[in-house]
Amino acid sequence: MSDEAKDETKGKAKDEAVAIPAQSDGTQEKAGGTATLTKGAAPGETLLKVTGLQKHFPIKKGLLQRQVGAVRAVDGIDFEVRSGETLGVVGESGCGKSTMGRLITRLLEPTAGKVEFQGKDITHLGVGGMRPLRRDVQMIFQDPYSSLNPRHTIGTIVSAPFKLQGVQPEGGVKKEVQRLLSVVGLNPEHYNRYPHEFSGGQRQRIGIARALALNPRLVVADEPVSALDVSIQAQVVNLLDDLQDELGLTYVIIAHDLSVVRHVSDRIAVMYLGKIMELADRDLLYKSPMHPYTKALMSAVPIPDPARRGAKSERILLKGDVPSPISPPSGCRFHTRCWKATQICTTTEPPLKELRPGQQVACHHPENFEDQAPQDVVLLTAAKEAAELVSEDALAESAATSAAVAAEVEAESPADTASDGGDEPAAEGADDGENAGDGAGNAEESDSGNAEESDSGSADGSDSGSADEEPPAKGK
Amino acid sequence: MLAYLIRRLFAAAVMLVVIILVVFCIFFLVPKWAGVDIALNFVGKQADPAAVEGVREKLGLGDPVLVQAWEFFKGIFAGRTYAAGGDVTHCAAPCFGYSFKTEQSVWPVLTERFPVTLALALGAAVLWLIFGVAAGVLSALKRGTLWDRGAMVVALAGVSLPIYFTGLLSLAIFSYGLGWIDGEFVPLEDSFSGWIGGMILPWITLAFLYAAMYARITRATMLEILGEDYIRTARAKGLKEQVVISKHAMRSTLTPLLTMLGMDLGALMGGAILTETTFSLPGLGQKVLDAIKNHDLPFILGVVLITSLAVLIANLVVDILYAVIDPRVRLA
Amino acid sequence: MTELSKSGAAVGEPTGTSPAPTAFLEVRDLKVHFPTDDGLVKSVDGLSFQLEKGKTLGIVGESGSGKSVTSLGIMGLHTAGQYGKRKARISGEIWLDGTELLSADPDHVRKLRGREMAMIFQDPLSALHPYYTIGQQIVEAYRIHHKVDKKTAKRRAVEMLDRVGIPQPDKRVDSYPHEFSGGMRQRAMIAMSLVNNPELLIADEPTTALDVTVQAQILDLIRDLQKEFGSAVIVITHDLGVVAELADDLLVMYGGRCVERGPAEKVFYEPRHPYTWGLLGSMPRLDRDQQERLIPVKGSPPSLINLPSGCAFNPRCPYADVPKDDVTRTVRPELTEVGSKHWAACHMSQEQRERIWTEEIAPKL
Repeated sequence: MSDEAKDETKGKAKDEAVAIPAQSDGTQEKAGGTATLTKGAAPGETLLKVTGLQKHFPIKKGLLQRQVGAVRAVDGIDFEVRSGETLGVVGESGCGKSTMGRLITRLLEPTAGKVEFQGKDITHLGVGGMRPLRRDVQMIFQDPYSSLNPRHTIGTIVSAPFKLQGVQPEGGVKKEVQRLLSVVGLNPEHYNRYPHEFSGGQRQRIGIARALALNPRLVVADEPVSALDVSIQAQVVNLLDDLQDELGLTYVIIAHDLSVVRHVSDRIAVMYLGKIMELADRDLLYKSPMHPYTKALMSAVPIPDPARRGAKSERILLKGDVPSPISPPSGCRFHTRCWKATQICTTTEPPLKELRPGQQVACHHPENFEDQAPQDVVLLTAAKEAAELVSEDALAESAATSAAVAAEVEAESPADTASDGGDEPAAEGADDGENAGDGAGNAEESDSGNAEESDSGSADGSDSGSADEEPPAKGK
Repeated sequence: MLAYLIRRLFAAAVMLVVIILVVFCIFFLVPKWAGVDIALNFVGKQADPAAVEGVREKLGLGDPVLVQAWEFFKGIFAGRTYAAGGDVTHCAAPCFGYSFKTEQSVWPVLTERFPVTLALALGAAVLWLIFGVAAGVLSALKRGTLWDRGAMVVALAGVSLPIYFTGLLSLAIFSYGLGWIDGEFVPLEDSFSGWIGGMILPWITLAFLYAAMYARITRATMLEILGEDYIRTARAKGLKEQVVISKHAMRSTLTPLLTMLGMDLGALMGGAILTETTFSLPGLGQKVLDAIKNHDLPFILGVVLITSLAVLIANLVVDILYAVIDPRVRLA
Repeated sequence: MTELSKSGAAVGEPTGTSPAPTAFLEVRDLKVHFPTDDGLVKSVDGLSFQLEKGKTLGIVGESGSGKSVTSLGIMGLHTAGQYGKRKARISGEIWLDGTELLSADPDHVRKLRGREMAMIFQDPLSALHPYYTIGQQIVEAYRIHHKVDKKTAKRRAVEMLDRVGIPQPDKRVDSYPHEFSGGMRQRAMIAMSLVNNPELLIADEPTTALDVTVQAQILDLIRDLQKEFGSAVIVITHDLGVVAELADDLLVMYGGRCVERGPAEKVFYEPRHPYTWGLLGSMPRLDRDQQERLIPVKGSPPSLINLPSGCAFNPRCPYADVPKDDVTRTVRPELTEVGSKHWAACHMSQEQRERIWTEEIAPKL
């Protein structure tokens, strides 16, 4: 059904500059001829597998350049990229997403962990060992101005991969380059022009053509559209879309813009301080994010709709700045800014766990789901302060959905206690009495049973049930 | 800031030791490897073998390399004693040995000559800073105008014309032609006005060369800084343009100039050979020229060391000033 | 005269000679041209708008649309930064609280800068002087316009830092910009621009260099401060989300001219210019269900030296052939009123545009 829709829109989009539909016919003919456009691999099969990947940049100081610490840019992440899908990676600056991109394309040497491409361990391959792999893994860079050599013609730039790999494309290099240029929507006659003669969007297309030259399987794009104007962004996003459909590409798209990432991705990883906080199918992530950070991140995106101006009821403002990756917070890295953080969050790092099919989360107290550490109810002081910045509606809604999910889960399998009760939190007795309300409220809700209906009811319930002094919702 | 200072000082001291050792290697070991006998050089061409042998023993040239290095090193800081049989010569604290040519101790000659060179370099530096920076700033502010082009043509001339040309030209005009200036060097102790009279043309000549370079650098830096966002911010605050230039833009323009100044001043300490020769100033430069002609190794060595020290000190001062101007440097 | 001005105001293109505007800020037929080796760059070419105190105007456009040059023009910074021969050529009128700025004594305008009108820039790291502490820079901004001693000024600086939400302001006042995080720097920048209680605040891409969570903080701050100080605010951005958060009125620029202008709701819900449609269609939106495809604007922004004749947008406009007689390629469309306080510059008839919007564009967004 979605394919039909796609075809329809494609048909309508004929007048667009993205000349793909017109040119793609020729391309595909050729593809049939050379039969190399889509290499083997059934869609869905694991193409890239990353386990425990780490990259620490040492900080050296003094005359002797002793190592005094390390920037833990990427600090132990696991994920898979399946053939034919698009994995989006989002996060704020300094979260390690770009470093991650460079690690999986092996432009950087990992400190620890493992990168497997098509089942082959490529973690420590040298330059020579990587060479054949460079055909399969390509990268698109953010800045279309600095990533193209200004002294080379477009022809030279796009044909460089052939020379480096010693590949002689059928019909000659020039013809192939011109074909690539037309594939990305550029005029093939501009073969002999220089980068400065092109606009930003066109340069990004050149970068894409270069990446496609060797028919890669995996394309890692680091902020491919963030340097472009809005109207051009859409062109490039659509181009990437079309190329994926036609060539069966697999993408890892790294970006800070959540709307762009949602648009292009099938699955999305949310990174914070070198860790993956949540990794989920797109729709699950955007409809019911589980990690508080994901939720805050999404609520912060300004909505282009003046009617929702200052929609503070939906917005979760985070306090302060991202902590330094040199000495990230203990336990859960987000606990210093999280409004749900409790004692366990400061001591135990939550594992990235698949709580729902297609949704992995690393959180003790996830949103929209059953609490993973329900015994730990005493909010940290910092969390109470953070909660003051979170609107009451948002908190109430969050409490309601959590309660509903908890009820649902409990109803299905009452015996199931997913929580690890290992770490007994040193609960501050003084606050205990007040906070007991939280747990009690949830328990009450779960008794009421029907998850579907309890939505509005539970919102009220949590309001009244925890009305008096309950810190998270009624901070003031 | 204090930590930064200590680190810099420590680094400078280490550097000094390294320089001394490198200089030792060049001047004592290289001739040896090259098969040149230093002792023979010292004694003269028609020396009898016994005298050569005596000198060799006295200079310790037969000792192991490490012992020689240590003696050399010690001589600079603590003085050293040359002894061969009953012939004992004591060379006081900063001991650079004795000139091959005149058999004078090197250090007193250096100390006698150095002030002239120092005065030449510092005096010229003041001139070139004032005129070079002023010309550069004005050119930047009047970019593309006749003034700018004129100033840059003059600057180009200054950079490309050799000292002996501009020096002789100035001598010909002001001294021989117009007769305004005597042009003879007069020691400062004898007459202040005479000293000024003797130094003014060398100053101007040397400053002309450097002012031209500084003007070009200042202009380029200033133009770059004027395009910075924080200059626009300063204007947006409502600051007067003069203040924007003199306070906000100048402070940033100073940093690259400072680096240059440190290097240039240090290098000039070794003697502005061409200037001193052209104007017959009794500075280090002239003496160095003689020493090179005569293969007078100890003297060259003394000058090299004193120059290195000057460069080192100049760079230290620059580093400290740098930290004062740019707070970001203090962290590094 | 008065008649002229009235009719001028009605079509949004004031005639240029009429005095005494009623609005707090009124820009009439502003043109800013820069001579270059390649030709005259017409960065802003005939722009008019009004803004009242307490209101926010959003100026939206892509790079090279003239939106930043407009703000520099209002601040009088287009010439202050120009040395030598290549000075910007500026014409038109800018009325700020009853004073015409372009014909006023430059020194008078300088005194207004920072006090009556202040500006927040895109990249706070490069917009703050790296060699001076945050405090020194705020104190300087305050003491230009207030004859107070340094101590009083510093107290004021601390107070402002506290107001914009910088923790421990009495300590941070002595920090250098590089010791601040990006969000803190932008807060400090805001503190500096508000230190003299300006009545007009121009924010040029105030959040573009910031992360999304920090952006949310800063947008909140700007909104709160405006409420508190009651100043007029101009927000310049390429991000429709940001203007939707802040702006009461919207002005869409293309090729140095205004193509559509009106209340934010009107421009968002009933846009009447194909370029505005293009902008709306280009953006993936979090508040809607997943779109299958974005609807981009084809081609690239025009060269400001050689604007397309007729409507500057015509080479990229999918509807360029709708009006008869090739008029889009020969006649430059003027702004015409398409609704209450809502203007657009397009050759298509109102009915055509209304039909295209409701039938073809809106359903796909």
